[in-house]
Order: sequence, then C-alpha cells, then structure tokens
Amino acid sequence: MTRFPVGRAALLAAGLALAGAATASAQEPLRWGGDSEGGAPYVFQDPQDPRRLVGFEVDLAAALGRQLGRPAVFVQNQWDGLIPGLERGNYDVALNGLEITDDRRREIDFTVPYYATSEQLAVRVDAPALESLAALRGHTVGTLKFSLAERLLERAGGIELRTYDGQINAYEDLANGRLDAVLMDWPIALYYAKPNAKLRLSGPPMEHVEYGIGVRKDDPALREQLDAALRELMRSGELRAIYEKWGLWNAESEALFASLTEAPAGDALRSYTETVTRPIGWGERLQRYASYLPILLLRGAPMTLAVSLLGMSVAVTVGLALALTNLYGPRAAALAARAYVEAVRGTPLLIQLYLIFYGLPSLGIRLSPLVAAVAGLGLNYAAYEAENYRAGIQAIPASQMEAALSLGMSRAQAVRHVIVPQALRLVIPPVTNDFIALFKDSSIVSVITMVELTKVYGQLASTYYDYIGVGLLTAAIYFLMGLPFVRLARWAEARTSVGAPATRSAGRRWFGARAERA
Amino acid sequence: MAALISVDRLHKHFGATEALRGVSFDVEPRALTAIIGPSGCGKSTLLRCLNGLELFDAGRVRIGEVTLARENGLAPRDLAAQLRQLREEVGMVFQGFNLFPHLSVLDNVALAPRLVKKLERSEAEARALALLEKVGLGDKAHHHPSQLSGGQQQRAAIARSLAMSPQVMLYDEPTSALDPSLVGEVLAIMRQLDEEGMTQLVVTHEMRFAREVADRVLFLCDGEVVEEAPPEALFGAPRDPRTRAFLRDLR
Repeated sequence: MTRFPVGRAALLAAGLALAGAATASAQEPLRWGGDSEGGAPYVFQDPQDPRRLVGFEVDLAAALGRQLGRPAVFVQNQWDGLIPGLERGNYDVALNGLEITDDRRREIDFTVPYYATSEQLAVRVDAPALESLAALRGHTVGTLKFSLAERLLERAGGIELRTYDGQINAYEDLANGRLDAVLMDWPIALYYAKPNAKLRLSGPPMEHVEYGIGVRKDDPALREQLDAALRELMRSGELRAIYEKWGLWNAESEALFASLTEAPAGDALRSYTETVTRPIGWGERLQRYASYLPILLLRGAPMTLAVSLLGMSVAVTVGLALALTNLYGPRAAALAARAYVEAVRGTPLLIQLYLIFYGLPSLGIRLSPLVAAVAGLGLNYAAYEAENYRAGIQAIPASQMEAALSLGMSRAQAVRHVIVPQALRLVIPPVTNDFIALFKDSSIVSVITMVELTKVYGQLASTYYDYIGVGLLTAAIYFLMGLPFVRLARWAEARTSVGAPATRSAGRRWFGARAERA
Repeated sequence: MAALISVDRLHKHFGATEALRGVSFDVEPRALTAIIGPSGCGKSTLLRCLNGLELFDAGRVRIGEVTLARENGLAPRDLAAQLRQLREEVGMVFQGFNLFPHLSVLDNVALAPRLVKKLERSEAEARALALLEKVGLGDKAHHHPSQLSGGQQQRAAIARSLAMSPQVMLYDEPTSALDPSLVGEVLAIMRQLDEEGMTQLVVTHEMRFAREVADRVLFLCDGEVVEEAPPEALFGAPRDPRTRAFLRDLR
C-alpha cells in the first residue's frame, strides 16, 4: 500500500489530461457517466479527431469540474444502463440527457434541471406529416430504449412501437421505410434527423423534457454542490454560452434558467420526492411481480417461441444442405459450404444480426425484424447443424453405402434413403442441445427491435430498476419453456434410436425420467 | 456352353501392394464356384471388383452382357451408369450382413426394388414377403435387424439381394461372422439356390461346403489363381505345393 499515493497521483494526472482541466487540485476527479456511441450533441467522438470527446455535456462537465475544483473524467457506459452503473459506483454522476422522471427519482436523486427541451417527431421527406401523438395511432414509430419518449408512446396506445439502443439505427430505419416516424428529444432530432436529406422534422415540439444530473441517494452533499454550481453557471451566463455554441439555446431553457435563479426548490419538492421513493414491502413487491407475469407471458414469450422454432427450422434445413454439399457436392461447392461454416462459426452472432438488419437495407434488401431475426439465428445455427450432420453422416459405416450401391442404388438414393435417415437419428442429442442454445440466444434479437421475452424484461425492469426480481422471473420462464423441448427430444431419440422397433409406448417415455434402450 | 462370368487378366494394387496379379477365370451359368485361399490373398478384392465396389487397374470383367474394362477410359458419369447396370445383374452378400438398421426386415428387402426397379410399394412388399418366406423369415418381416440372430440377418440379406433378381450372387465370407450353430441355416439357403439353378460365387472358409456343393473350386494365393479344379480333384489331389500347404494347415 506504500505505492498508493504514487498511483493515485498518476491517475489524477491522467484525469487532468483527459478532461483538459486547468485547475491543479488535490481533489478526487469528478467521474461522470455517459454513452458516447452516436451521442451527438451530448457527448460524442469529435468527427475531426475521434480520439477526442466533444459535446455540450462535455463542456458542462468541464465547467462543473471547475466550479467544484475537481477535474471531470468521462466514464463510458451504455445509456440504458446509466442508472445501474451509477448505483454500482462506476462513476459519481450520470450526466447524459437523463430526463427527470418519477420512475427514475425512485432510484436516484436528480440535481436541478440543467436543460429543458421537448420531444420532436421526424418523418421521411416524401411522407405525409405526423404532428401529434394522436396522429401516430396505427403507425410504426421508433425511439430510444428506456427513454421518456418510449413511455409517452406506450401511454398514447395503438402505436406499433420499436425501440433502439441508439438514435442512428432508429433514423436509418425511418429513412429506409421500416418506420413511419421517430420521436426523440429535440436536440437529437436537430443533430440526426434535420441534416438527413431523406428526413424532415414534423409538427411542433411536444411535451416538456428536463434533463437532470443523476446522483446516488446516499450522496446528498454532492447533489447540493452540483445544484449550487449549476445555478452559478446559469447566473454567470456560462451555461447559456455552451448551449448557444451547440445551437441548442431555446425558449424552454430560458424559462427554466429564469425560474431556477430566482426561487430555489422548496420543501414541497423534497417531501414529494420522499413519498414517491419510499421503500416498498414484500407483499407489494410480489403483487407487482404477479402483475408482470401476464405481460411477460403474453407479450414476450410467444415471440421468443416463434423466433426460436422458425429459426431452428431454417437452421436444420440449411444445415443439412450444407453438410450434404460439403460431403457429396462438387469440389467448388463443397469448399464454399466449408467456407460458409467456418465464416459463420467464427464471427459473433450479434454482428451478423446487425449486418442483416442494418447492413442489408443499403443493398436494397429490407427485412422485417421478425424475418431478420429468424434469418440471422437460422443461418448462424445452420453452420453448427451442418457440423452435427457431417459428424453424423461420417459416423455411419462405409459398409452401409456399399450395401446400398451393391443393390443398384445410385449414390444419391443411398444418401437419401440409407445414410441420412440413420445420421439424423444419431444427431438428435447434439441438435437438441443446439436448439436449447438457440432458444436462449433468441434473446439477442432484441437488439434489432424485436419485442421478445428479454426485451419485455428490460422494459419491466427499467420501470422500477428492479433487475433482480424481474430477472429471476424471466429466467424461470425461459427455463420452463425450454423444458418440454428437452423432453420431446429425449422421447424422439428413444423412439427413433437406430434399430429400435417402432412400436413403443410413447406415454411411458414422455413422463418417465429414464431413457431405456433396446 | 458360353460362360456367364468371364474374368480376364485382372490387376489391382493398393499403393505398393499388388492385390490381384492377372486373375483370369470363367464361370458357367448355374454353377456354384467356391473361392478359397489364405487370408490377404485377394479373395475379397476379387469379389468386390466383380460388382464395381473396387475399380481394377487393368483387365476386363464380363457378366452376362455387361462388360467392364479399364481400357475403355470412360467419363465418370458413364462409368457410374455402367456400374449400376453391372450391379443390377450381380447380388452381393457381405460377411457383416450390412442390413439397414433403421428399416424393418421387409423394408430392407423392398427398398431397392422400389427405388431402382421403380416397383409400386405394394408389389415390392408382396415380392419381398415371398422372398422372406423362402428364406424362412416370413414371421420376422416386421422386425428390425437388431432383433434378429446373425443367421437370420444373413438370410434376410440374401433375400434382399435376391429381390433385385440378379443373374449372379456373390458371397464374401457369408458365414465367417456367425456362431458355428447358425452357419448351417445360411449354407442351406445357398444349397437351395444352387438346386434352383442360381449362378453363385462364394468366398468361403467352409471347406466341407465347398467340397459338397461347389461345381468348381478356385484356390487363390498372392493375387493369383494358383489352381482351379472340380472339388474332388482340388481337395483329393492338389497339384500345386501352395495348395497342398494351405489344405494341410487347415487340418
């Protein structure tokens, strides 16, 4: 531990260099969490020098750092996980366009708002205008996961909602026609929709949005310091200058600044905050979970099941074709099949999904989320199934092929009627294994706007920031849904095991735990 | 009488090893020919060359009206067609039976006629059942191969080959994998086929069977036909010292 001060000094020096803060100070750095991925104008990589972070929140953090005498250090964190990250202590404050909402107030404290704005709709240039929430009924609308806009759209009802991790994908899907409209905070629309020649802003700004800095509840001193610092930056005009520099100064913020610099928040707010954030008891918690069950089972589970079953059908069919091409096809085709298997097994499923969903539209192939999810999972698992089948086919003794050929069958007939039927029975265990894996991997398709079980989990968990309870509930649903398939496979395996007579009691196998063999 | 099978100077090597070194012989219709010899002498290779499971390097094989010659220089597609033509004339019975384990005995017998001869399922099954009756397995038609004894499996395999109505039946050590008590039932079928006039070529170690049933016996050694004679001559008065040594070692 004698080296600790040295290490700490080095850390501090690095922090200073990063934040570019002028003040030398013995204070701890002010670590602020945000998401710089596609994060203009909040915090993002400078297009002219991607090693540098810029954005109005970078300027704000630096200004706050100067006020507090602590150098500001940026900590990257996925936007929809900012609050859990803050609670885990990954950083001191969450500063990244967090809208102040009652839901979030239950989990963390907010400073006074540092910016006020509204929500803004965008549509394609050639599409008719959509100017209010009511007009969106019956349309497909995209927004950011866990954002205030998502809540607004959900509450409006009758809207086919698609949620995204980043605004870029949402606007891209709007441009290529997957969406009819996108609702985002005004600054995002200003920076991503307005410059896009295929899009235009539609209708007046709606609703009122205020950004606050998230602070842990057990850190009231920091919150008070930040409140004072923000007020000072508002009074001095420094904050306004930042917004003007980024083209974000607006009437809402002007009104906000005026109200904040005159009258500080009174006791009424404090007492309100205390009531909405009171801890809830076990009874109430269980009741809440019970109310989640139908949502998970009706909104999430059927889609998970459909994606998995369709995906596996694709995987099994394409996989068999690949294996047969590899083993019996002409040389060039066999090499191509082998290359496909290696390429697909060697690259992440997530990237394949992104390529299919966001990459193909630029080639003119626009797939719906369901088709893209099924294709992505199916074509990925086809590579693994191909290897299963190849192993199964190669495990059939050569004498079987010789016997078939000796009877005058062609090679193709022998493969079709003698080799493959035996190989299929042989590979039931590994194929079942893969199906269960695929079933769980289907959770990954939530990244391409599919609303399935895991996505619904994310939506519910983020409402009350209850990731454990809802998580266990969802995991249990996955487990119970997977169970019948394991049983079905055991039964199929026992029933079709090579050489087993076809007349066996199905019921006994279905319910019995033992797998007997002939 | 014209020969049904005519084998002319057949050569086959595996890498540096010469398995067949100019094998020639004829088989007359309705005859049962036994091929004997020490293991590794090329008996199985010879048989497999006769139905195209092995392609020989030089020489010529004629079975009925189908001729397979290495000099032809056929394109792979034509070769495959010719091999299929040949195999329709030739039934093959293996030491390990090689029944299809995923099919019932009846389907084992009926599959090839349906696929190759394009018979209706009902007709193929009726004929299959008749053949199974003939080899004494009428009551096992709906069993799977794994439920049959070795002797029963080999009889089913014979029925499967007969279902293609071949002109010639080849047997590659048909009883070597069998329990001694089950050998007789398989040989009895072959004896019965001989009486019905089937042309058969049998690689075997059953010297008593060869002696009693065969019309001719071929002694194969080191890839060559060392001696070819009726059984009483070959077993009673072998001319070549290698034949004598082989027969002496058996006793």
